[in-house]
Amino acid sequence: MTATTQAQPTAPATASRATVPASAQRARKRARRGQLAACAVLMAPFFALLVTVFLIPVGTAIYLSFFSDDQPGLGFGPERTIFVGLRSYAAVLTDPTFLSGLATVALYCLIYIPLMVIGALALALLLDSGVVRLRAWAQLGLFLPHAVPGIIAALIWLYLYTPGISPVIDLFAKADITIDFLGIHTVLPSIVNIALWSNLGYNMVVFYAALQAVPREVIEASVVDGAGPVRTALQVKTPLVRTSIVMVAIFTLIWALQLFTEPMLLSQSSPMINSRFSPSMYIYDAAFTRNNYSLAAAASVVLLVCTIALSYGVTRWTSRANTPEETAR
Amino acid sequence: MSTGDSTLMRPRLLGRATVNAVVAISVLYTLLPVLWLVLAAGKNRDALFSSNLLSLGDFSFVQNVRDLFAMDDGLYTRWYGNSLLYAVLGAGVGALVSVACGYAFDKYGFRHKEKLFGLVLAAVMVPQTVLALPLYLMASEAGLVNTFWAVFIPVLFNPFGVYLGRIFSQGYVPDEVLEAARVDGAGELTTYVRVALRMLGPGLVTVFLFQLTAIWNNFFLPMVMLSDQDLYPVSLGLYQWNSSASVSPEYYPVVIMGSLLAVVPLILAFALLQRFWRSGLTAGSVK
Repeated sequence: MTATTQAQPTAPATASRATVPASAQRARKRARRGQLAACAVLMAPFFALLVTVFLIPVGTAIYLSFFSDDQPGLGFGPERTIFVGLRSYAAVLTDPTFLSGLATVALYCLIYIPLMVIGALALALLLDSGVVRLRAWAQLGLFLPHAVPGIIAALIWLYLYTPGISPVIDLFAKADITIDFLGIHTVLPSIVNIALWSNLGYNMVVFYAALQAVPREVIEASVVDGAGPVRTALQVKTPLVRTSIVMVAIFTLIWALQLFTEPMLLSQSSPMINSRFSPSMYIYDAAFTRNNYSLAAAASVVLLVCTIALSYGVTRWTSRANTPEETAR
Repeated sequence: MSTGDSTLMRPRLLGRATVNAVVAISVLYTLLPVLWLVLAAGKNRDALFSSNLLSLGDFSFVQNVRDLFAMDDGLYTRWYGNSLLYAVLGAGVGALVSVACGYAFDKYGFRHKEKLFGLVLAAVMVPQTVLALPLYLMASEAGLVNTFWAVFIPVLFNPFGVYLGRIFSQGYVPDEVLEAARVDGAGELTTYVRVALRMLGPGLVTVFLFQLTAIWNNFFLPMVMLSDQDLYPVSLGLYQWNSSASVSPEYYPVVIMGSLLAVVPLILAFALLQRFWRSGLTAGSVK
């Protein structure tokens, strides 16, 4: 672009070679300053938000995790904030309720993420295969739960898990099967089901959009090579939408690690869910029920570190897994 | 076609049927709970517990709506209004802010730009529950706890919107257009407002819709920040009513009807703005 703008004014520039470059340079400098000013104006509101609702809170959480309010004597006298080093971290990491919360979320991720990614991808591949009737309607139906807020999805399923209200439990009862969806072994799969129901259609649409962008020649070429529809789907299409798969996996992971809304609602009806069921519930409980800010902050930082480490790990792992394939081509 | 066609026909037909059956079952899985909500919303309390969903004998849809809006002096209307205010205004302002920033990231160059963009992407990763306590403490310092602003300001922040804004700006606003505007002597900001913003329209709608959904779904932040019921959004209000329902079952039909009505705005938004968000999803995923 700079080449074309410089090439045009060569003819008039030769006439007054001595004066133009200086003024042109000044004009260019002024334009550049104008651009930077505009850039700053456009970015300022967002970065003001970034600082106030992101950087300062993250900093505060880290700060709080190293300090504690100490009440001298029997709670009389002025409250002092003292440096306690890693004491809060030690308290969090040796607290069995926090560790069991971490284990719960780890198990939840292990069940939920593969089910979600494989399920959504499979549905997208089926819809992309061209044999599904009423494809647009099927997509709309699958997408519908995305428009249902998380708390309401949890409410609907809570009622569907509640004996006496639920037609599902009635159906099972008619087949002489008694099932307790909120029992000790079923409560986690029940939560996975709610999350799956809410997000399956949305991720399916993401994959479907990516599949639509796969060049048709590539697929035709594989058909000419004699690959059946299943092989085409798994060995040609799936590798081509890899970036979407990684993105969906990471977003699903980040979202899953924050597990809060569903267990919080189910805890109203199930004794199997205590107030520290997941790390996020632990943070809420520590901060707003027990008013132990340094403990809550330390737990927050641990959760944050886990999230960043895991997302980074997924990115690195997938990019490493891809490189040999890339170089082989 | 070829002679092998008739022998190939059977497995292919079978495959076709299987594929359609799998998709049909998945659609039933996603639709039936919503259908249950619609049917259950028309039941009075006794019918709800008799689980006889399809009997139309004790149909009390209108009565339930009336009960819902009368419950606790019409609190539900307030919650609904609050949710609309948080979500529509928040998503509108938030989308403008994020898209402007994304556009600036795309069109202007400066030192350490990519590092700064990396910071924006890192912000996408941070769980909301991590920020809740410090935000609460900051809000209480500023005297904003239990006010509209305590919920409204944090929800404006949408780093993923900046990412989308940058991609949309690359795709929809050619650099030549900006060059032409500069040659014409138009100011940078004027160009953005008059020319670029119009081209970014579909992207803006996509970011708006994503953020609208996120804010309408928001539950954790209001729960932390608000204690005054009059400021609750629908999500938190229904949560509270549901917790009362185990003690006083007259809340059950009201919670179900309230849930049904709370789903309507997002479905409307998605249906009306369909062609925008579909293109937005492609931009977000293919990149």
